[in-house]
Amino acid sequence: MSLKGKAAAIGIAEFKPWKEAPPGVTPLKLMAQLTADVLNDAGLDKRDLDGLLVGMPFADPGMIYPASLAEVLGLNPRMLNVVDIGGASAAGMIWRAAAAIAAGMCNAVICLVADLNKIGDQKVPVVSVQREFEAPYGNIGANCGYAMIAHRHMHEFGTTPQQMAKIAVDQRKSAVKNPLAAFGDKLLTIDDVLSSRMICDPLHLFEIVSPCSGGSAVIVASPEIAKRAKNPPVWLLGAGEYANHASITYAPSLTESPIKPAADAAFKMAGVERKDIDLVCPYDCYTITVLVTLEDSGYCKKGHGGPFVMEHDLSYAGDFPCNTHGGQLSFGQPGLGGGMSHVTEGIRQLMGRGEGRQVRNATLAHVNGNGGIMSEQVSLILERRS
Amino acid sequence: MSEYTKPLPKPTATSRPFWEAAKAHRLQLQQCGGCQAFIYYPRDRCPHCLSDELQWKPVSGRGRVYSYTVVRRAATRSFADKPYVLAIVELEEGPRMTTNIEAPPEMVKVGMPVTVCFDDVTPEHTLVKFKPA
Repeated sequence: MSLKGKAAAIGIAEFKPWKEAPPGVTPLKLMAQLTADVLNDAGLDKRDLDGLLVGMPFADPGMIYPASLAEVLGLNPRMLNVVDIGGASAAGMIWRAAAAIAAGMCNAVICLVADLNKIGDQKVPVVSVQREFEAPYGNIGANCGYAMIAHRHMHEFGTTPQQMAKIAVDQRKSAVKNPLAAFGDKLLTIDDVLSSRMICDPLHLFEIVSPCSGGSAVIVASPEIAKRAKNPPVWLLGAGEYANHASITYAPSLTESPIKPAADAAFKMAGVERKDIDLVCPYDCYTITVLVTLEDSGYCKKGHGGPFVMEHDLSYAGDFPCNTHGGQLSFGQPGLGGGMSHVTEGIRQLMGRGEGRQVRNATLAHVNGNGGIMSEQVSLILERRS
Repeated sequence: MSEYTKPLPKPTATSRPFWEAAKAHRLQLQQCGGCQAFIYYPRDRCPHCLSDELQWKPVSGRGRVYSYTVVRRAATRSFADKPYVLAIVELEEGPRMTTNIEAPPEMVKVGMPVTVCFDDVTPEHTLVKFKPA
């Protein structure tokens, strides 16, 4: 069984990320607001929702989270789950929702993520092997892992800091047109990026995502419900998921990521070619993440990501629209909501709601979610039918 | 001498032989009797073939820097005292290890040959690090 065309995204809701957590706000409060907003956006009633997929908020985690959340919201789901694949959780929810719908288990699934930025001093990892074999050497947090990916990529393929910086620069061109971007106030130059503070060689401050507070929601629905939704349905055409490590130290390669099998599976299911894609929304916790995603998704040859981003304009108005919301690098990273921002942007553009940054005639989008240090990968192909 | 505040390994029944050897300034890894692969980090079963015939074997301590970074802004306060070189070293026997390179940051390069060294960070704990060969 394929998921091709079995379910559609019919509504989205999203907060403009806050750089600091607003006083008195909890993840639960944000999720309740998002639920009301996304139902309104889709034109559905709460009673229409019969599936709940949620991301665990770092700021307020707990056991039996989905049932507790459903009780707060007054939902009676026929399927309820936490999706726990890091930054790929949001994209992972979309195909899981479609699978539940295709299997006849649900008709309308809400995919919900919200979090507060209360990380501060990062905790030593809770996974015991990481605590034992990574943390004593200072392999804590994500910056250093992605920095090692970038160094290896530079070593193998001659990728340059300028090429990586160009990604942040082009995404910012779209962010200044996105009223929801937390870091969309002014354009950036390659020099701005390269003169920002070095955090972990070779990654500079402006190549690294900023943790924020916020969240977003998407409703995925059956064809019957999609017919009566307010928005043009955005159909899931293809999906793929793959992981081959947790710590980057034990990945088969630092430069060939598990994105390739995930993207290949998604394109195969969708039955479309790379050249057919109108916009790409690759998870961008760092500039190097986008570069490796473009290579492993097959938009250019392995190792050619650097020249590729220099040869193309990645902005909404360019010849290769990429992260037209500004990416997380400019939108901000409200916990797992950072990963949902790529999903909502793909849907928004295909619905024709991109406003000042609308990609012209956008009908096919490729979204990639990425968890951990290039660990869990989820690729989605989304389509608006004319 | 000031107290050591960075995270320390808490050996398990599975990993204790690794850390005890390190304390004696020896590097030993598990080798799988089923598929002959060397394994790091220590496990109860081989991640390649799931055999439980794992034997501790001394290894060369020679390898190369597979990649590295200089952490200038650490994610935790305990590492914030000064920049440090975090690296992945690929051992001659195959496995990769997370480690630190004991060398000035500007000297470290991807692909550089390195050899094991041992850092007795507390009287009970020895970390496995590497230095230019």
